[in-house]
Amino acid sequence: MIRSELIQKLSEENPHLFQRDVERIVNTIFDEIIEAMAKGDRVELRGFGAFSVKKRDARAGRNPRTGESVAVDQKHVPFFKTGKLLRDRLNGG
Amino acid sequence: MGEKTLTRMDLSEAVYNSVGLSRNESAQLVESVLQHMSDALVSGETVKISSFGTFSVRAKTARVGRNPKTGEEVPIHPRRVLTFRPSHLMKDRVAAGNKR
Repeated sequence: MIRSELIQKLSEENPHLFQRDVERIVNTIFDEIIEAMAKGDRVELRGFGAFSVKKRDARAGRNPRTGESVAVDQKHVPFFKTGKLLRDRLNGG
Repeated sequence: MGEKTLTRMDLSEAVYNSVGLSRNESAQLVESVLQHMSDALVSGETVKISSFGTFSVRAKTARVGRNPKTGEEVPIHPRRVLTFRPSHLMKDRVAAGNKR
């Protein structure tokens, strides 16, 4: 399923809404999650999962092609943990 | 760096502010989005949201696990797990936003 298919399903279920409003709604939801994580906040969607930010320490990396050692700075990366309900549903629960 | 936790309520509020819908309807739309994504994943589909990320379902085979406390062997049944791969845009925004 891709973004446009999601928008289409929602439009079919909500015939009273303009498609461009449905697009806006879907974009708002995903943008809001990214914005929250950019601020270092968590987004917890019970039953679905939780988005959070994890810190990766600085480390000495290596260029796999040349074997040359390079310094990798500390950074923050997005992380998603599947919610219990969805995890159970994936396994026939 | 913030330490707030956003929930469905915050997402509904953002939807409410972006389109002229009632709060109730905004909340229902947030719920529908999550429901459609979940249903697709449960049916084994990959959910790919451009500039956000990709959720995919992977099958794990059975293996023998061990209770770390007792050392007892326990069978771990084959199961399906969900993985999320963030888009470049998300990674860049998160990295830039949390830099100090």
